[in-house]
Amino acid sequence: MSRRRTVATWTTAVLTAATLASCADSQRDEDGGSGGGDDGTFVFGAAGAPEMFDPFYATDGETFRVTRQMFEGLLGIEPGSAEVVPELATKWEPNDDGTEWTFTLRDDVTFHDGEPFNAEAVCYNFERMFDQNEAGQVAGEYWGYVMGAFANDPDNSLYQGCEATDEFEAVVTISGPTSGFPTMLTLESLSMQSPKALEEGDANGIAAEGEGFSFPAYADAPVGTGPFTFGEYDEANGTINLERNDDYWGDAAKTSELVFRVIPDEATRRQELEAGSINGYDLPNPVDWAGLEEDGNTVEVRDPFNILYLGLNPEANPQLKDLKVRQALYHALNREQLVQSQLPEGAAVATQFMPDTVSGYNAGIEPYAYDPDEAKRLLAEAGAEGMTLDFAYPTEVSRPYMPDPEKIYDSLRTDLEAVGIKVKVSTASWNGGYLDNVTAGKYDAYILGWTGDYDSPYNFIGTFFGNLKENDFGTEVMPWGKQLADDLKTADAVVDDGERGAAFEKINQQIMEEYLPGLPISHSPPALVVGPGVDGVTPSPLTAEEFDTVTVGGE
Amino acid sequence: MSNPTDRSVDEGPRRQTLGQRRRDRIDALAQAGAVDDEPGVSLLRAAWMRLRRNPVFLIGAGITIAFVVLAIIAPWIAPWDVTARPLLDEVRPQTNPVPGPQPGHPLGGDDRGRDLLSRLIVGSRQTLIVGVFATLFGLIGGLVLGTLAGAIGGGVDSLVMRVVDVMLSIPSLLLAFTIASLARNPSQWTLIVSIAIIQVPIFARLLRGSMLAQRSSDHVLAARSLGVRPRAIVFRHMLPNSVGPVIVQATLSLAVAIIDAAALSFLGLGNPDQRQPEWGQMLSLAQRYIAEAPHLAFYPAGCIIVVALGFTLMGESLREALDPKSRR
Amino acid sequence: MLRFVVRRLLQMCGVVLVLSMLLFAWLRSLPGGPVSAILGERQTPERRAALEAALGLDQPLWVQYQKFMQRVLQGEFGVSTKVLPGEDALDVFLTRLPATIELAVLALLLAVVIGIPLGYFAAKRAGSAVDTMTVIFSLIGVAVPVFFTAFLLKYSFAVEWNLLPVSGRQSTGLDATRVTGLFVLDGILTREWDAAWDAMKHLILPALALATIPFAVIFRITRASVLDVLDEDYVRTAEAKGLSTRIIRARHVLRNAMLPVLTTIGLQAGGLLAGAVLTETVFSYRGVGEALYTSFREKDYAVLQVLILAAAVIYVLINLLVDIAYAVIDPRIRTR
Repeated sequence: MSRRRTVATWTTAVLTAATLASCADSQRDEDGGSGGGDDGTFVFGAAGAPEMFDPFYATDGETFRVTRQMFEGLLGIEPGSAEVVPELATKWEPNDDGTEWTFTLRDDVTFHDGEPFNAEAVCYNFERMFDQNEAGQVAGEYWGYVMGAFANDPDNSLYQGCEATDEFEAVVTISGPTSGFPTMLTLESLSMQSPKALEEGDANGIAAEGEGFSFPAYADAPVGTGPFTFGEYDEANGTINLERNDDYWGDAAKTSELVFRVIPDEATRRQELEAGSINGYDLPNPVDWAGLEEDGNTVEVRDPFNILYLGLNPEANPQLKDLKVRQALYHALNREQLVQSQLPEGAAVATQFMPDTVSGYNAGIEPYAYDPDEAKRLLAEAGAEGMTLDFAYPTEVSRPYMPDPEKIYDSLRTDLEAVGIKVKVSTASWNGGYLDNVTAGKYDAYILGWTGDYDSPYNFIGTFFGNLKENDFGTEVMPWGKQLADDLKTADAVVDDGERGAAFEKINQQIMEEYLPGLPISHSPPALVVGPGVDGVTPSPLTAEEFDTVTVGGE
Repeated sequence: MSNPTDRSVDEGPRRQTLGQRRRDRIDALAQAGAVDDEPGVSLLRAAWMRLRRNPVFLIGAGITIAFVVLAIIAPWIAPWDVTARPLLDEVRPQTNPVPGPQPGHPLGGDDRGRDLLSRLIVGSRQTLIVGVFATLFGLIGGLVLGTLAGAIGGGVDSLVMRVVDVMLSIPSLLLAFTIASLARNPSQWTLIVSIAIIQVPIFARLLRGSMLAQRSSDHVLAARSLGVRPRAIVFRHMLPNSVGPVIVQATLSLAVAIIDAAALSFLGLGNPDQRQPEWGQMLSLAQRYIAEAPHLAFYPAGCIIVVALGFTLMGESLREALDPKSRR
Repeated sequence: MLRFVVRRLLQMCGVVLVLSMLLFAWLRSLPGGPVSAILGERQTPERRAALEAALGLDQPLWVQYQKFMQRVLQGEFGVSTKVLPGEDALDVFLTRLPATIELAVLALLLAVVIGIPLGYFAAKRAGSAVDTMTVIFSLIGVAVPVFFTAFLLKYSFAVEWNLLPVSGRQSTGLDATRVTGLFVLDGILTREWDAAWDAMKHLILPALALATIPFAVIFRITRASVLDVLDEDYVRTAEAKGLSTRIIRARHVLRNAMLPVLTTIGLQAGGLLAGAVLTETVFSYRGVGEALYTSFREKDYAVLQVLILAAAVIYVLINLLVDIAYAVIDPRIRTR
């Protein structure tokens, strides 16, 4: 190679680099460092990437955790409980038959984009949620779940209309009374969003494409009323920045910035916390709780708001139609041992299909005792000694109510085998067929659970047994199946809170003593952990923590 | 020792494409069977003479034999049943997630109160099963393809070898991930099969190379001139001579299979049932307790490393002993 | 030459097309899938059917494939459901690619810097105890599973001694400007030195872990190649001529021994991707490998599909480039 050519090559390279560098100027804010960090930054380790930032289409906790900081609903939840409190509405009143609800709104609220919050905005939001295209009807899962239908099928919809009767007074009409309304308005999905931003960002322009949804521009630039506003989402680095809303109607957030950093691996989240690069994360492994506390972190344990159960399906295995067999299975399980050896402190053996924080919980139900001899006796009586049970568990999943399904399964299986039941082991991955097989009734028995959406008994047992045709317990083939489903609907439509609670308590008793469609196992308290110097986190049983009260002290 | 400069002169333009190095290593090994002696015996004897005094081989062979013996007698020497949970009542997730060593349980228990020592001992058997079956299936697949290609030649040969070369050029672990992740339901067998598949092309190329090299060797030519049928030549004369290289490759493959199985387990593609212990699975599960009980990870990790090293040392020294170039 | 390239490119398109069909059909025949991932506990047969209908998954497979191909022609490869929800799968790949390039380049660099001198050193003392020790050491490197190496590195350097960051690509709150997606390069280009240094610190541990894969290979090739060259006539001649050892080493031994080493290095790229799945997962490093892991774990089929196809395309392209390079260098091939 000649020298001249070498020089030429080098000159070109240097010139190219210089050109690149000149068009790659730093775009940092001039006011130094991270956008005006007066009161510090709270960095929270998230387990997964959010779906997008429009809570209406969101379905998973990772998305809700982020949107919850930016959005508010008409009704809120008292921090640290499941109790309903005023938020954007100061009070609400039903008419006599519980079908027309008048909401009185706050008059001092503006959206992040400066738009006023008023009754028109409320009705705009309801109509926007109601009027979805085909893709939106599926993606707007929570609306579909609580309201039943959308604008194309108004007859089956709980929501019937919204009218702005005054600047700060809106009337919502529903088709009939239910325990879920208006509590359902605490759902993150049903938050209030800026009408102008919704319009400009074509918020309802969702489309289904192949396996997933492609979301409109609005979903990347959400506008709410909450204490934080949307900053940016750095996809390459997996961080979401929110900034303090200085014009917030309530007390302004205590930190000027809130960052969510995606760290999929649980062990890594702990290590990042110890290294001080994040200030907290959700769902620490119970094994780590003691160690975390020793290192000066605070583990905040939430009240359990979930249920783990062993589902039974008499359609798949006719022997399970016999109440004695189901009771025998229940007596065979050493749930006390399972809870103590696998679940964190604060976990409890379940006596019914809902935790004690839900209205309608029946404190008088006697728990089924661990009694292998009784189990064997009942099996013999039913002529089902040595029966075979196709019993399944999911892989590749961890839920607040079941941290390690295989481990829980191993315990239950050992107990069942101890009373002479032959267990046929079935398994599939959570997303890879397990849920399909459960809903399609392919297993005799399976483990599954539920985390409540809001304080409503129907949200638990109604979800399990309310739909006679489609439920995982195969109650359709049981003589009492229809009765149970009807009772649930009747109880749900009772307007008076006290009467409704009593009705559900009675149903709970019947379920456990006469029907026993499945075997409730345990309630498990999910925790979250924050690092040294972090104050003001109130653990919520609904995992609905708001971070505006959090302060990050110096270390 | 291989000598790349030499060969590039012999073979004209030598194209360095993806997977070239793996192909070269396999080809060099295949040459080892192409000797003009009667089937294998004296070749192996000569190799053995050299190996007897090679410390690397002796260490490797020692580890391998110890491991295989352990795996065979495991159920009889393990003090506890591996599915029993004698220490379960001590387990408390927050205060005592992993019971420590105590009388009767020299290494303590695992996270559900099972005896750790017993699980390590019995784990050797499961680990060996994964390694052996993965290698065996790979060998059978390679045998079929390689024999087809080597014996028939022509169009079949070039087609088979094209596929084999493409597979060899894809990073093997990545291929195994892909296969395992596309399986319907992960189990021990999907693990074994996905590792076996990545071994197939290696054995195929090895056997074909070995046969081609023998085609012009004296004993094959002699047999052919005596009118022995081609099929008989392949099975009676060529295959027995390929035994040496196959043993070497199988030893090396076992090490790779054990390590790859651990990697797949780590990614959640292993056997979901955790009743029967397997080292790779034990290692991946133990990482959850790394802060509180690092020994839970270190024991199986140490076992995997020592055994994989044993197979590798043995295989590499066998390869050198059989390599015609090193016999100059 | 041109005809050769065109023919190979057409062949590639054919292979990728067939592969995409097989992959498409296979993924959709698997149980569960994205619908289960979206619905979770809320799944009922009714909801599942509704969601499948909305996503077009209830249509015959060939109709789905046809629609998929139509979108591909418009540059859309399907929407990610879990890795980067809502983004086009190809964008996911492109966002993740620079991270893996950065990691692989540094790992290769480390392997070269450590492997070549060590290999040379071992060869010079071939047969000695030191040589045996280094060879055994390199074999231990092979025997230790990469994810375990990564785990040990992370645990000791990041967690116990707190010297380097635990995971990720860059600290939060740096407000770094993005240009190329290669964070270190970005920091240098924009003269945000703190950002570049921070990204570099995040790279060191994963790169070190990943480097163990090419290291073993480079070490062994260097050792073998130096041994070969030492045996060559021209080295002996040089020695006989009485040239100083330094000159012999620099001019004759190293230069000639490096040729096979260099080609080997070039061909290590593929092996690095496999290792990247493991190291990136351990370090929660947002590269292609981690995306591959997440996509098959969470059944993000759109992304899984694109990643596998992209790997195939890249692989074929590299192969083609190597062929072209050889044709240019070696006139004997060109004429064929």
